[in-house]
Amino acid sequence: MIVEFGHFALVLAVVVALFQTAVPLWGTLSREPRLMETAKPAAILQLVLFLVAFLALTHAYVTSDFSVANVAANSHSTKPLIYRISGVWGNHEGSMLLWVLILATFGAAVAIFGNNLPLSLRANVLSVQASIALAFGIFMLATSNPFLRLDDVPIDGRGLNPILQDPALAFHPPFLYAGYVGFSIAFSFAIAALIDGRIDAAWARWVRPWTLAAWMCLTLGIAMGSWWAYYELGWGGWWFWDPVENASFMPWLAGTALLHSALVMEKRETLKVWTILLAILTFSLSLMGTFLVRSGVLTSVHAFAVDPERGVAILAIMTIFVGGGLTLFALRAGELRHGGLFAPVSREGALVLNNVLLTTATATVFVGTLYPLLLEGLTGAKISVGPPYFNLTFVPLMVPLLIALPFGPFMPWKRGDIVAVSQRLILAAVLALVAMVATMALAQRGPWLAPIMMAVGVYVMAGSVQELTYRAKIGSAGRDEILRRLRNLPRSIYGTTLAHFGVGMMVVGIVATSAYQTEKVLVLKPGDTAEVAGYTLTFKGVAPHKGPNYREQVGTIEVMRDATPITTLHPSKRIYDSPPQPTSEAGIHASWRGDLYTVLGDAQEEDGGYAFRFYFNPLVRLIWLGALVMFFAGGISLSDRRLRVGAPKRTSRADTPAGAVAAE
Amino acid sequence: MHRTSLDGLPRFLVLGMVLLGLVLGAGSSAFAVKPDEILSDSEMEKRARTISMELRCLVCQNQSIDDSDAPLARDLRLLVRERLQKGETNEEVLDFVVSRYGEFVLLKPPFAWNTLLLWLTPALVLLGGVWLARSVIAGNKSAGSRTDASPLPLSADEEARLKRVLGGE
Repeated sequence: MIVEFGHFALVLAVVVALFQTAVPLWGTLSREPRLMETAKPAAILQLVLFLVAFLALTHAYVTSDFSVANVAANSHSTKPLIYRISGVWGNHEGSMLLWVLILATFGAAVAIFGNNLPLSLRANVLSVQASIALAFGIFMLATSNPFLRLDDVPIDGRGLNPILQDPALAFHPPFLYAGYVGFSIAFSFAIAALIDGRIDAAWARWVRPWTLAAWMCLTLGIAMGSWWAYYELGWGGWWFWDPVENASFMPWLAGTALLHSALVMEKRETLKVWTILLAILTFSLSLMGTFLVRSGVLTSVHAFAVDPERGVAILAIMTIFVGGGLTLFALRAGELRHGGLFAPVSREGALVLNNVLLTTATATVFVGTLYPLLLEGLTGAKISVGPPYFNLTFVPLMVPLLIALPFGPFMPWKRGDIVAVSQRLILAAVLALVAMVATMALAQRGPWLAPIMMAVGVYVMAGSVQELTYRAKIGSAGRDEILRRLRNLPRSIYGTTLAHFGVGMMVVGIVATSAYQTEKVLVLKPGDTAEVAGYTLTFKGVAPHKGPNYREQVGTIEVMRDATPITTLHPSKRIYDSPPQPTSEAGIHASWRGDLYTVLGDAQEEDGGYAFRFYFNPLVRLIWLGALVMFFAGGISLSDRRLRVGAPKRTSRADTPAGAVAAE
Repeated sequence: MHRTSLDGLPRFLVLGMVLLGLVLGAGSSAFAVKPDEILSDSEMEKRARTISMELRCLVCQNQSIDDSDAPLARDLRLLVRERLQKGETNEEVLDFVVSRYGEFVLLKPPFAWNTLLLWLTPALVLLGGVWLARSVIAGNKSAGSRTDASPLPLSADEEARLKRVLGGE
């Protein structure tokens, strides 16, 4: 009964989306405020209906209602509660429902918090937003309905792919989707602006918090996925340039460019055309991310929904929105003129450089991911594009970006002095040199480029902090003056500093673990020891163990360092009950130096030994810590912006001193 | 899966490998290099690993033979080591594997007419971006102090709201 209720709510939500697409837009075209005002209640009603549908499906999963085809195919009664819930979006149909739910949430948020938007802009934005929900709603009802019942009810379900039964992966898709879908707001604003034929600095101010929120979610979502791959896939890697990873990385790169160009537009009313184009491209790439993962066009480790027919439907949706958006852009972009002037060496110039490099990086990932498909489609020739390609093309693009990064925030708007800024960064450069020498002294091996890249990472971290110390006059002013300045600095400055610091952390982590990883593959018999990166590992034996829905062989390894016991690790090999699939659980010991990572392999028939794989991954956690820092930096920046313009009824407070400082 | 690249092998063998690959390889517990495969010569082993990372496991989904657990990947790893022990250079080993399995096996496709666009796109986009940025800045200079030329001017009410919103500046 509840399932039918949810099904009905889904149909109603699609009807409401149809209304919300047509009526407010009709209102703006005919300049009829009463029609424009229908957008707000419609957006809220749409959210409520999608939420009801989503909760109904969740209920079916939690109660293991196997009369629902989707539940029977993807759940199992012995699964722990958290994975029964995450099972809702662990499959194609359910994840589509989550997708439109998040879409409706963002739409309703604009409706509720967007009271300070001009009525016609809000109507247009919500209308575009609803048209996306409409397209995906029809798509769901026609090809991917999660509420269909089975005639023959099975006794139990088929279960969720066991490697997906993991806490990090349970919440990876919701964050990823919140990121993908969040960019729909930027898209809707861009289309609305093109329909209106008008765009100004206020537009950028409205768009930026939404873009920032979406970017934060995507950052966290990608980091969670990478973290999961690191400890669950069991070969110590954290990024594989897998097409599905690339699919989420492209909107992130484009979204990062969008954040920066929207900044120029907000402060200087320039780069308008470019910002609009980036907004359209970022959401197009998000749609493509959905398309690539869900159609199974790319066979990759992650693709668990393989169904080309749906892919064609999503492709049609993409053509409508991407093609439509770009056509509208081509028709109307000429009417958008930029305002502020700037010299090549200036804050604007630095942000343009950021945009050029990030866009090129996006294009590189794009071509690397899709070229094999295109080539095979056109000529039948099959080629592979893997990590070596991306290391050769993507990485060199990041180096100038990282070197230029600390210069950006130091540059004044309009016209800057590169020599003066360089002088302010001398301390960061010195610290970088120290890091380089220290790396060479400590490591004494590895590629010659690695110490230089370590230096770049440290330079980015130090340079970001230096911006703060410079603004607070640390080192030149008195203590009270410094504290007063630190207090009065707008939060967005802290956000920028911290986000850039996070980038530096990530670079250091990536370089350290890529260049200086230690790996040992060997056979140990119970009682044998092995030396890995200063640790002494003693293999004690293997014992069977039974979990809630799996059986496993658990190895015991005692870890010593300088003759003192550190920890005991338990790498294991699991076989899940339903579906029966083997997985490997790594035993990991984390310290500030890095991770000791142990994997249990097969039993050796001859001598009772077991194969083992041991890694030491120096500083590897900085990769995800950096991402986490970037996430929180976004939050800090967001809290500042809300004070200034975001929230309704606070518009009058934009005149307060906090607002004045924030505007620089 | 990837039929064309395995044309040289008997069909039942291919099928068997694909099935085995699905059971053992696809995304589950990866263990890759086994202890018995490792060469005693550590320099040569290092070269073998470098080569392995550039070769695709043909029955897997986007894994190099260095990462994959599939039997075919193991066979290839052993083949690479065997060729290295015969005294071949890294290039000669790669050439041999390509001659047997086709270019699909290379994770870094060679620079050829049909990969021209793949390799040149980053440079072309970068040049295009720089050119665009230059024209924006140059256009800036020549245009003088041009202000916003929107087709729809703001109404008085909108002007007032905008002022309030932008109050900070």
